[in-house]
Amino acid sequence: MRHIISVLLENEAGALSRVAGLFSARGFNIESLTVAATNDLTLSRMTIVSVGNDNIIEQIVKQLYKLIDVVKVTDLTATEHIERELLLVKIDVNQNTQADIDKKIDEFSAKIVDVSEDTYIIELAGQSKKINDFLDSLGAFKILEVSRTGVTGVCQRRES
Amino acid sequence: MKLNGAQILVKSLKNESVEHIFGYPGGAVLHIYDALDAQNDIMHILVRHEQGAAHAADGYARASGKVGVVLVTSGPGITNAVTGIATAYMDSIPMVVISGQVPSPLIGNDAFQEVDAVGITRSCVKHNFLIKDIDQIASTVKKAFHIASTGRPGPVLIDIPKDITIAQTQEPTYSGVVDMRSYQPIVDGEPEQITRAAELILSSKQPIIYAGGGCVIGNADQELREFTRQLNFPITQTLMGLGAYPANDELFLGMLGMHGTYEANMSMHDSDCVIAVGARFDDRITANIDKFCPTAKIIHIDIDPSSIGKNVAVDVAIVGEVKSVLQDLITALKDKKTADISTWWSQIKQWRSVDSLAYQTKEGVIKPQTVIETLYEVTNGKAIVTSDVGQHQMWAAQYYHFDEPRRWINSGGLGTMGFGLPAAMGAKLAKPEMDVACVTGEGSIQMMTQELSTMLQYNTPVKIINLNNGYLGMVRQWQEFFYEKRYAMSYMEALPDFVKLAESYGHIGIKVEKSADLKDAMIEAFKQKDRTVFLDIITDPNENVFPMIPSGAGHNEMLLAGRDEMASINDEGLNLV
Ligand SMILES: Cc1ncc(C[n+]2csc(CCOP(=O)(O)OP(=O)(O)O)c2C)c(N)n1
Ligand SMILES: [Mg+2]
Repeated sequence: MRHIISVLLENEAGALSRVAGLFSARGFNIESLTVAATNDLTLSRMTIVSVGNDNIIEQIVKQLYKLIDVVKVTDLTATEHIERELLLVKIDVNQNTQADIDKKIDEFSAKIVDVSEDTYIIELAGQSKKINDFLDSLGAFKILEVSRTGVTGVCQRRES
Repeated sequence: MKLNGAQILVKSLKNESVEHIFGYPGGAVLHIYDALDAQNDIMHILVRHEQGAAHAADGYARASGKVGVVLVTSGPGITNAVTGIATAYMDSIPMVVISGQVPSPLIGNDAFQEVDAVGITRSCVKHNFLIKDIDQIASTVKKAFHIASTGRPGPVLIDIPKDITIAQTQEPTYSGVVDMRSYQPIVDGEPEQITRAAELILSSKQPIIYAGGGCVIGNADQELREFTRQLNFPITQTLMGLGAYPANDELFLGMLGMHGTYEANMSMHDSDCVIAVGARFDDRITANIDKFCPTAKIIHIDIDPSSIGKNVAVDVAIVGEVKSVLQDLITALKDKKTADISTWWSQIKQWRSVDSLAYQTKEGVIKPQTVIETLYEVTNGKAIVTSDVGQHQMWAAQYYHFDEPRRWINSGGLGTMGFGLPAAMGAKLAKPEMDVACVTGEGSIQMMTQELSTMLQYNTPVKIINLNNGYLGMVRQWQEFFYEKRYAMSYMEALPDFVKLAESYGHIGIKVEKSADLKDAMIEAFKQKDRTVFLDIITDPNENVFPMIPSGAGHNEMLLAGRDEMASINDEGLNLV
């Protein structure tokens, strides 16, 4: 099963490589990983999406806790949570395709953030599924570049 | 007062009560050596190879319970130490390694003797630091010792660039406490889990205690003894646990696992309640995991939450220091009546009567088992015994009956050949009043003979018991059993004259070729209180370690000496090591 694991850790040089190293050394899989400082600049929040059975996810959580820099680990998928991912996609646009592409953008409430003579850069935030669906719906057009942030998320309870 | 970084580092080490450092100098640490030279509280032991430094600090830590300290230079200094660091990591040994680094402005430039020490060691340390500022030195040393010695112990590396050792600043205060929001090791077990464990223990009819290295490292030997005797339960120990519970006690079934006794492994297999104390269900212990303890409920006590449920699903998990948890269990079980386990004990006695460690002696050949038995006799079972890795290691574990913890020092987790000799030197420095023996093989000893020179310089008299079977015996045994006796590269045609080797390093060498001479030679060696003696003992080249659970088999599928001389193995087993 797919899990979203939220890790609060010391904002120290090398913390990211400790986590990445742990996943590769123990053969855990990473679908995506995002990291940035929090409002407290001494702390970073890392969000990892991984796929594994319950035993594997339990080991991932425990092994993350074992890292000295890690303050807190939460499996967001175990509770009510909000997850979002940001997509930026660069797409070829011409007279023949523009109307159809505009329609798709409307349909998904995506946003054009940059326009050139023959390209759009489109932004879309949402759950990963929505982003996949949007990209699928653009399948008929010429996608030039895709950049996704990977998932980030928060727990809906007041105290996580 | 203004001090330079190197002086602050040395003062920080003194503040941690460091008395011995094992190390080797080089460009990046010259300032640190200069600061060490200017003081007398810390003794520096100059090894002959950085791997030796790490193993010696490791042996020192295991024998004394203190943190072992290593100092090496950048580049090849730290890469040479990596095997020793990984060895300590696998066995959860408290160690602080200080490595020099190229000056900060050169980091990342492929400078002379630059390696990414923090990157290289990341997967074999509990934690590591790269010091970026002179103001971090004192607090980093404090944290490093705290992390290395608390929770599940392990090695911690501090990488310090040369410019930072040279920079000067006002002397800092060396604080006495560390508080890290991200590192809060658990001490006590949850009361609810203790109660559940106690209930399970009281209702069990075929219980067994399976105690591991955590009981030694966690200084829980007294609690383990009280707990076991309170219940009158059978107890087995892992290779790493030996000595925590006295081997000569009636309740002790011997070691379990691949080369464990018949009674220990059979009891594990048939048990209805396994109480794992400071052990981690390693593959050398469980054998085929699908056949492991098929009918048992499992209670697992461990300091490391990630050890629990990693290899084996457990019924009651107690996270905490084994010492504290055992104390709580002892209290919870006080004056409670256990189930009648007399039938279980008679079954165990039957298994015991198989006498699975019996071996056949042969006229004219020295049996390796006899050597260990003689060592036991001559030292009254009171020596610290370190070992290398191979058949000799298993025989030492099986035939030297350790009655006290921190007497048996070996590389169980990583299985590092070369560990034994430097570890013995470290142990002797930690416990100068004790006899220290290093049980080794002609293969293993050759990985670290250079430390004989260090041992002369610092006068650390150790008795080297070389079980010279002329083979990489453990490899040969597997080839005999599982590769149809194709002995690929397990024979060394060109062995040195070990007597002359010892003599050239200023020690005493004695060669023993006849059974009749064995005991006298051993007595003579231990009489030489102030000398290192190398006993080169020519042993039966064809002897194998029994009992043995071949890879892929279960605890109840052991091979016994003289009964199942030829082992077989299935394809699944061949894939395992
Ligand atoms: C550094 C290292 N290399 C290789 C091995 C694999 N290995 C395990 S036991 C062994 C043979 C050891 O030979 P010896 O020291 O003579 O001991 P014996 O088994 O003969 O008692 C080898 C090569 C190891 N454990 N460590
Ligand atoms: Mg040998």
